[in-house]
Amino acid sequence: MSTKRAYDPVPLTLSKTIVYRASASAVVASFLILLLVARLFQLQIVEHERYATQATDNRLTTQTIPPPRGLIYDRNNNILASNRIVPSLAVIKENVDDIDNLLTNIHALVDFSAAEESSFRTRLENAKGDERVIIKRDLTDEQLAFEAVNRHRFGNFLVITEILREYPHKALASHVVGSVRQITVEDLQQLDPVRYRGSKFVGRRGIEHYYENLLHGEIGLRQVEVNASGRVMSEISVDPATRGQTLTLHLDIELQRVADEALGDRRGAVVAIDPKSGGVLALVSKPSYDPNVFVTGLAGREYDQLSARADAPLFNRAIQGKYPPGSTIKPVLGMAGLAAGVIDWDLEFDDPRGEFRLPDSEKVWRDWNWKKSGVGGQGQVDLFRSIYRSSNIYYFHLGAVLDIDTFAAFLGQWGYGRNTSLDIFDADPGILPNNTWKQDNTGDSWYPGDNMNFVIGQGFTLVTPLQLATIATIFANRGKWVRPRLLLSSEQPVELGQDYPPVQGVAENEWERMIEALTAVVHRGHKGYLQNGLAWAHIGMDIPYQMAGKSGTAQVVAIPEGEEYDEELLPEDQRKHALFFGFAPVHDPVIAVATVIENGGGGSENAAPVVRRVIDSYLADIVAKNDE
Amino acid sequence: MNDGLGSRSTRAHHHFFSGSYGQTFQFDLVLITLTLLLLGFGLIVLYSALGQSWSGILNQGIRLCLGLGCLMLASQLRVSTYYRWAPTVYAGTILLLFAVELFGVSSKGSQRWLDLPGLPSFQPSEFLKITLPLIVGWYITTRNFKLKSLDYLALILIVGLPTGLVFLQPDYGTALILLIGVAAMLFLCGVRLRWFAGGLVLVAISAPIIWNFVFREYHRKRIITLFNPERDPLNAGWNIIQSKTAVGSGGLTGKGLFEGTQSHLDFLPEGHTDFIIAVIGEELGFVWCVALLCCYLLIFSRLMYLSTTATNGFGYVVGTGITVIFFGYVFVNVAMVLGLLPVVGLPLPLVSYGGSSAITTMAAFGVALAVCTHKQDLEK
Repeated sequence: MSTKRAYDPVPLTLSKTIVYRASASAVVASFLILLLVARLFQLQIVEHERYATQATDNRLTTQTIPPPRGLIYDRNNNILASNRIVPSLAVIKENVDDIDNLLTNIHALVDFSAAEESSFRTRLENAKGDERVIIKRDLTDEQLAFEAVNRHRFGNFLVITEILREYPHKALASHVVGSVRQITVEDLQQLDPVRYRGSKFVGRRGIEHYYENLLHGEIGLRQVEVNASGRVMSEISVDPATRGQTLTLHLDIELQRVADEALGDRRGAVVAIDPKSGGVLALVSKPSYDPNVFVTGLAGREYDQLSARADAPLFNRAIQGKYPPGSTIKPVLGMAGLAAGVIDWDLEFDDPRGEFRLPDSEKVWRDWNWKKSGVGGQGQVDLFRSIYRSSNIYYFHLGAVLDIDTFAAFLGQWGYGRNTSLDIFDADPGILPNNTWKQDNTGDSWYPGDNMNFVIGQGFTLVTPLQLATIATIFANRGKWVRPRLLLSSEQPVELGQDYPPVQGVAENEWERMIEALTAVVHRGHKGYLQNGLAWAHIGMDIPYQMAGKSGTAQVVAIPEGEEYDEELLPEDQRKHALFFGFAPVHDPVIAVATVIENGGGGSENAAPVVRRVIDSYLADIVAKNDE
Repeated sequence: MNDGLGSRSTRAHHHFFSGSYGQTFQFDLVLITLTLLLLGFGLIVLYSALGQSWSGILNQGIRLCLGLGCLMLASQLRVSTYYRWAPTVYAGTILLLFAVELFGVSSKGSQRWLDLPGLPSFQPSEFLKITLPLIVGWYITTRNFKLKSLDYLALILIVGLPTGLVFLQPDYGTALILLIGVAAMLFLCGVRLRWFAGGLVLVAISAPIIWNFVFREYHRKRIITLFNPERDPLNAGWNIIQSKTAVGSGGLTGKGLFEGTQSHLDFLPEGHTDFIIAVIGEELGFVWCVALLCCYLLIFSRLMYLSTTATNGFGYVVGTGITVIFFGYVFVNVAMVLGLLPVVGLPLPLVSYGGSSAITTMAAFGVALAVCTHKQDLEK
């Protein structure tokens, strides 16, 4: 082939072999084409059904539409919990093949903390293949624009719209409304998998938790056509979600604000109840927290940070804080004595020194007014005076004649020792001790000395601010029960449960007499030393309406025998708790309020003004409304 | 090879459809008609596969016109011209293949493209569908159709060099088609069957040696993956699953043009290029797929027939070579899309989007027409 020869054509002769082989090639080619046709026949005719289904599966995806949560309003149609639509950055798990590369892209797009990153990794790991895993909620306009412009770089990302819960009053109503939070793996084991398919949130505290069933709504289904990377191309059919029910609460957010401001920076709680309906008008626990962080936060650290705080903002003092009732228990005990027939309004006890001794005992039980110098006696004390002067000595005498089980049986009717609310699921029952209780809890029997502590509200008995407010409503209603409740109305009526029967064993006129005594606590003034109502100097001098109430001051630490209590000498967390409950107007009460201020000092001095401020505001509101 | 070509005898041949019109213009109405039908059909399908983009169709239309021009031009050259220039063209192609190896452009894991300044980028390996039949025909003709043992060695070297370069790009599909094409050429010009038996033995012996000593690790890996797409479910495996789904879901008559969900929702990769038959299968169904395959079979038959009407041995060898290689592309492409062969990345001739393949295929048709229908060299 080295020589470049001129073309010397060799004519073509179709020998037998050539013809045979050319024909053979045509047969082979035809056979190969036939093979392809057979394969086409297999795929397109025989297995058509299967591949058609496969193609449909590829293209159609059923998405769940999480229902918008029901809204929550206060009694005056102020919104307490609403929904807002936010753009969020998400990724479909299946589309993530290189997580490190994905994270690099995320960091280029949004601020992404280490905590958020680790939470994202966990959620991605636990997600199902076609699940959208949220990377960041509530994108800013800048982030959205950046994503849109750089979509080719971030091909895996999706910007989806999410409906997020919003609590416009932030920390103000959080202990009532509660909050939703991200559904966790543990939650999923307890929730209905069908109903919660596609739901990202579940109510975890307060109303959001108790009425979860009403608020959640029903999921919708949407069939969409998606492309290979999961982006929705078109919508085929929609079965819309059903919004959760709108709930209206008894709560009055403006009154809530007043109560919140009245407490200020002090730790404590205020509960206000409408004694006619039992509706909770205000329920404040301080410090509080902003529930919105549980909604947008994806890092899972918010809860830990809040629960680590020493002042426990997540702790709902109004319904779970248990405090010794102190002197607030005295009017109830007086009613117990009257019901038992061991005292009447004329019976007097002499109190020369502010000291009391049980028979055959050297132990000295002291009045709060006791002085080292021996001048702390309150003189002749009857039941009426025992209330407005809050005499310990009177109740020591009562405690010496009435046994604990009789007291406990009577106090049980008032809601001590149980959660009497209709829809506050996590309200603490507090403690109402009796013989059996003490035996069960301490292994010891009830001693006469226990009775002495019990009658001044310093023993085993513990109440929550909600219980204290409930007791105020029982006084306001002259023994008639209305159980506390938050829900005023819902779209479909809810059966909340029955009220209790009225308090038994006390005649009508006894109620009026006791309420007079409670009114004297606030209004009895200008009578001179040891003669005025205990709260008069603090709230009663300029009060324009009739209010009844009772203070309490609960000791946190025991004061050694023979020593006077000196607040200045005690560290803050050992100071007394200030308590007060009251209701107004006395003859036709429209509001009953209780407050506890932790380590707040004397009840009349510190707690009573809080209660008055709340009642002032509420009554002024009613007056204003009547004028309209 | 004495019972095949070689003995001189004059044979006149006339046919209504083809031949020298006025001794100047070479033309074959059947082949041109079939080609135009195929091109038209291809453009319609491409319009759908490209998402109804007119600019894409315009681009492809220009390339096809260029290809038709090449066909017309190539068919006018004299047989002696092809014969004389065969070694030069071969050497040029080899140079281009070396250039690809040295500074080619990589795409999807293989280096097949050459991007020379002033020219649109192209795949030199596509030229081999013309060059290889020419050089093999040239060599056999220089040996006066009497091949001795040493000639086979020479042929192995002549064919092995460019095929090996293509193989290394790597473009296993093209390399395989070329080898089988050359084998078919030798078969068709009457090489004794024992030589094929010997060739098979040679392959059987050399294959393990090449596998172990010539191939590098990544070559071996790629070839293993070719035959086990499940090992790579996101790439090769995904393609096959989606193309089978596309074809199968089309059924008897298809989902209708522009209605293919697999292709238009991006499930089917390379729908407008290598996997175009899947789009046809999905949108037009079994009926049109079979029609398309029949059209290819007709083109094959026509080219084969034209080759047998050549007045000289060189024309016959070159014509059959071009025909077999063309058919090889069709079969391997369709078989690959239907999941019968591994995914090797070959276009469907005359239908897939792209210039190199369409233009060289039509140029090859032109060459085949020229070498098979020119009578002048004999009448000289």
